[in-house]
Amino acid sequence: MKRRVPLMMVFVVSLFMVVQNFVPLDEWNWIYQFLLDWTMIIGILSLLLGMWSLWKVHTQKIKRKSENYGYSFITLSGLILMLIFGFFPGSGGIENYWYRSFFYYIMVPIQATMFSLLAFFIASAAFRAFRARSVMATLLLLAALVIMVRFVPMGPLSPIVSDAAGWILKVPNLAAKRAIIIGVGLGAVATALKVMLGIERSYLGRD
Amino acid sequence: MTRRQLATYIFFGVVVILFAISVALKGFFVTFGAFLTLAIFSFLYDDNPYYKFAEHLFVGVSAAYWMCMGFWGTMVPNLFGRLYPPMVGPVIPALKDNPSDPFMLIPLILGIMLLMRLSSKAGWISRWALAFVVGTTAGLNLVRYLRSDFIQQISSTAMPLYVTNSAGFSLGETISNIVIFIGVMCGLIYFFFSKEHKGAFGAGARAGVIVLMITFGASFGYTVMARISLLVGRMQYLLDSWLGMIG
Repeated sequence: MKRRVPLMMVFVVSLFMVVQNFVPLDEWNWIYQFLLDWTMIIGILSLLLGMWSLWKVHTQKIKRKSENYGYSFITLSGLILMLIFGFFPGSGGIENYWYRSFFYYIMVPIQATMFSLLAFFIASAAFRAFRARSVMATLLLLAALVIMVRFVPMGPLSPIVSDAAGWILKVPNLAAKRAIIIGVGLGAVATALKVMLGIERSYLGRD
Repeated sequence: MTRRQLATYIFFGVVVILFAISVALKGFFVTFGAFLTLAIFSFLYDDNPYYKFAEHLFVGVSAAYWMCMGFWGTMVPNLFGRLYPPMVGPVIPALKDNPSDPFMLIPLILGIMLLMRLSSKAGWISRWALAFVVGTTAGLNLVRYLRSDFIQQISSTAMPLYVTNSAGFSLGETISNIVIFIGVMCGLIYFFFSKEHKGAFGAGARAGVIVLMITFGASFGYTVMARISLLVGRMQYLLDSWLGMIG
């Protein structure tokens, strides 16, 4: 009951998802669409688990007065305020002024700045890594330089650089990406088969 | 109080006054956005309370943001709107006259079963819902990856190695197609670990490394420039939207 039913469910549902590709019947397509919608809804409901986990971690930190527990108040305040703005009846949901302001002036600046910080860290990492010690490192360095010079904010510096960058992206870059994608595709198919056949069961956890 | 502490307090006071002036002139949210931007940038010096404040605020706000987006964007139209359409009438008037769909009770029940994970005794019930999601995703991915990441990629690689167009033989396209074909083959050889990389096979693997290195360099350059453009965006926000120093 605890393990066999989930394994059977996985097999039946995944087999249907595979077989329906080869059976062009309207009824099957209807079930397929239903299954996709159901998965999406279950996925959204699973967000509640994440919210509960976040709430529990931070309330426990506050209760135990762990190190830096003061910041947990900030997290919980942000969470509660955003939930109130997004859910409060008559607030307009995601069209609510405060909800949108929190998104544009809190989430966007923090996220964009966080990612832009990476520019500094990548630059310092590149300084150490990009020493043309071998042919391979030199190739890496040259490809990166050509692409960077092509995409400087003021536009491509010369048509030669633009052409070279275009060729690198469309030819050798495409070839290697394709090799990687084929490998990933094979790996994903193998993993999906393992899950379907019950060989891979880690998602069931321990009893 | 030492002179260093006094200087710190004075500096902090001046910063608070400047931000207060900014709130009066530019509004709370524009100033707060600038403060958060500077708080995150302060990590370049070292981990500090301002960075921690912004980081923790982001975690809380973004969790609630995605919950609300999921609720209003998916749950309301796809679950409540199909389970009992009159309920969503005030929010989505177009759905209120649709017929009710009792089948939508199933994902609701599975979703509730998933939440049983919170119970220590009945946690195993959540496996049923999880199994449904895992099964659907596995079946979907098996065909999707086989089609787009395998068959489609091989079919796109099988290109003519002697290209002619309206002007006759095209040397450039011929070279490009040959490089792509050999590059894909050598890349695959490099990732094939069941045979030792020796002799002709080893030469193929080494050629694969060359193509991979060019790709990693290109990806690196692309990532750096994407981050730089984000940095330019943040600088524009600080200097233009906040301080009004540009144009």
